[in-house]
Amino acid sequence: MYTQALDSPGGAAAADAHERERLERFQERIDRDEKIEPKDWMPEAYRQTLIRQIAQHAHSEVVGMLPEGNWITRAPSLRRKVVLIAKVQDEGGHGMYLYSAAETLGVSRGELIEQLLSGRAKYSSIFNYPTLTWADIGAIGWLVDGAAIMNQIPLCRCSYGPYARAMVRICKEESFHQRQGYEIMLTLSRGSAAQRAMAQDALDRWWWPSLMMFGPSDAHSVHTAQSMRWKIKRFSNDELRQKFIDVTVPQAEFLGLAVPDPDLRWDESAQHYVPGPIDWSEFHAVLKGEGPCNRERLEARHAAHEAGRWVREAAAAFAEKHQEPLRAAQAG
Amino acid sequence: MNEDWVLYEVFIRSRSGLEHKHVGSLHAADARMAIEHARDTYTRRQEGVSIWVVRSSDIVASDPAEAEELFEPARDKVYRHPTFYAIPEDVKNI
Amino acid sequence: MSVASESARPAPSAEERFEYVLRLADTSLIAGQRLAELLGHGPALEEDLALGNISLDLIGQARLLLALAGRIEGRGRDEDALAFLRDAPDFRNVALAEQPNGDFGATIVRQCLLDAWQLESYECLTGSTDRDLADIAHKAVKECRYHWRFSSGWLARLGEGTEESHARVRAALESLWRFTDELLTPDALDARMAVCGIGPAPALIRERWETRVAAALAQAKLERPAHQHYPWHGKHGVHTEHLGHLLAEMQFVPRAYPGATW
Repeated sequence: MYTQALDSPGGAAAADAHERERLERFQERIDRDEKIEPKDWMPEAYRQTLIRQIAQHAHSEVVGMLPEGNWITRAPSLRRKVVLIAKVQDEGGHGMYLYSAAETLGVSRGELIEQLLSGRAKYSSIFNYPTLTWADIGAIGWLVDGAAIMNQIPLCRCSYGPYARAMVRICKEESFHQRQGYEIMLTLSRGSAAQRAMAQDALDRWWWPSLMMFGPSDAHSVHTAQSMRWKIKRFSNDELRQKFIDVTVPQAEFLGLAVPDPDLRWDESAQHYVPGPIDWSEFHAVLKGEGPCNRERLEARHAAHEAGRWVREAAAAFAEKHQEPLRAAQAG
Repeated sequence: MNEDWVLYEVFIRSRSGLEHKHVGSLHAADARMAIEHARDTYTRRQEGVSIWVVRSSDIVASDPAEAEELFEPARDKVYRHPTFYAIPEDVKNI
Repeated sequence: MSVASESARPAPSAEERFEYVLRLADTSLIAGQRLAELLGHGPALEEDLALGNISLDLIGQARLLLALAGRIEGRGRDEDALAFLRDAPDFRNVALAEQPNGDFGATIVRQCLLDAWQLESYECLTGSTDRDLADIAHKAVKECRYHWRFSSGWLARLGEGTEESHARVRAALESLWRFTDELLTPDALDARMAVCGIGPAPALIRERWETRVAAALAQAKLERPAHQHYPWHGKHGVHTEHLGHLLAEMQFVPRAYPGATW
């Protein structure tokens, strides 16, 4: 029962009954597909789960700027360069939309960033892998954005209004991200032997981490059931992962690239691809901070935050000098 | 020193003739910066021809707890809607 | 308007036009590349987006101008051949554009000085007798107006904000000021293009730049540094050491895989 997830202080039975009724009414609203808006009453656990999920999502967008940003200055043509700048910029924008959605739940962006920098908040582990060649930019767009879109489209219908609206905007903007990635892979796979090898190498390195992006299998996922009931998650991890594999394998075949899974097979009766076992020990290690680039990613965010402090302070001080008299005059 | 900038709400007019619509929020130190950030964040894909920004703290909102007394009394005032009135089909231009 | 359009004017050679367009193109390209380095590392998420937009504008200008240069040259070099397969001495950007980002204050000062120059230049170029150039200038001038709005706004905030921010932008201004010599010192090509009705009159650009920058400095409570004679000009291919490193990074992939399509 979802009520078990809540800390209801024992004792006053009447208060409990009142609380239970509120929770039931809340759940009824969600079951009717009504959107919950910021000032509406909501269970504390709903609020906290949302803050955690939206913040993780926001952090992922912002940290996700780094591995791709790593190739902006080295993009191999001016067309590729402007596309990559626009894409990384979009990710910053998505981070903003999501931080704003989280802020409607009563937590400030400053607090959320503090949680990220102190290592208390999580972000998607995929961004702790390095981008070694230009083909990685193709693979990220194709696979990582592909997986992200699959995760995100259902969230456009999530029960919390500001989150759902942010997701609508994000999904609309992201529609070009995956296509540009696949276009890079296509160009490489139709290119020289060295370019084809580069593309295959990128697929080899990004395939399994992309599958892990959907999170642990349902049997081991802590939050799934409650989140599904609250409609802040609409499909299970395994369902989405399966959908991703089913659409992606044929795309790899079209590129003439080999999916790095010797056990992968097509199950005719189920009409699904069946992948080999996922190495969850790697997933958990990266999640715990032991991935190849965890340290670099956080250090980069730290450096930007620290280097920007005097700038933010200066702007705030300037505003105080100029805006306060203005506002006072307007009020008077 | 306060380095956390102020939260602003952003309203965009998508083309002339339409009203400004709330599109999201952002942080800025001053009003001019808020307009620039709104432009850089919310109109990158030609989404707008005009921007309003308002400090979030300046918005006065109704209380959801009062939603019943605020909005439900309108529910039975069906006579405010044109479909409430029965006019024979033969009568034109009304 | 600075550039007249009477038909009796002399016409420049293709080499002169190529050289002149490259100056504009390379300045936008190198400045755009510099700003692109900052994406993901700015002082606030909102500034990342702002700098990204400016970078996109600049690289967009560069692409149009490089393509034009390639057509003028007529040797089959496209925008990418010109961007990725030339070495530092062949680049014609003003040296100010290639200066490293430094702290945000240095970035803003560099952009401010450059934005003012680009804005005034493109403003005049909208009246150029060179149709292609005038068309590009019509698009670029709107972008440059916004760039100036952004950078001069930040210059004011940093100049007046805190003691620390004031000290930082003042130091950046002192350090970068020598590169403005190049912006305001016309050479034979600048003069020739003005005579041909293609480029702006150098004296006019100088006067307008001075006025614009003086106003921004005053608003930011910053003093204009003393003029520093600095005759090593990027537009003649005489660059600072920074450009070589910028190009090594920017050009690495096409040079490592010659002839490949990306």
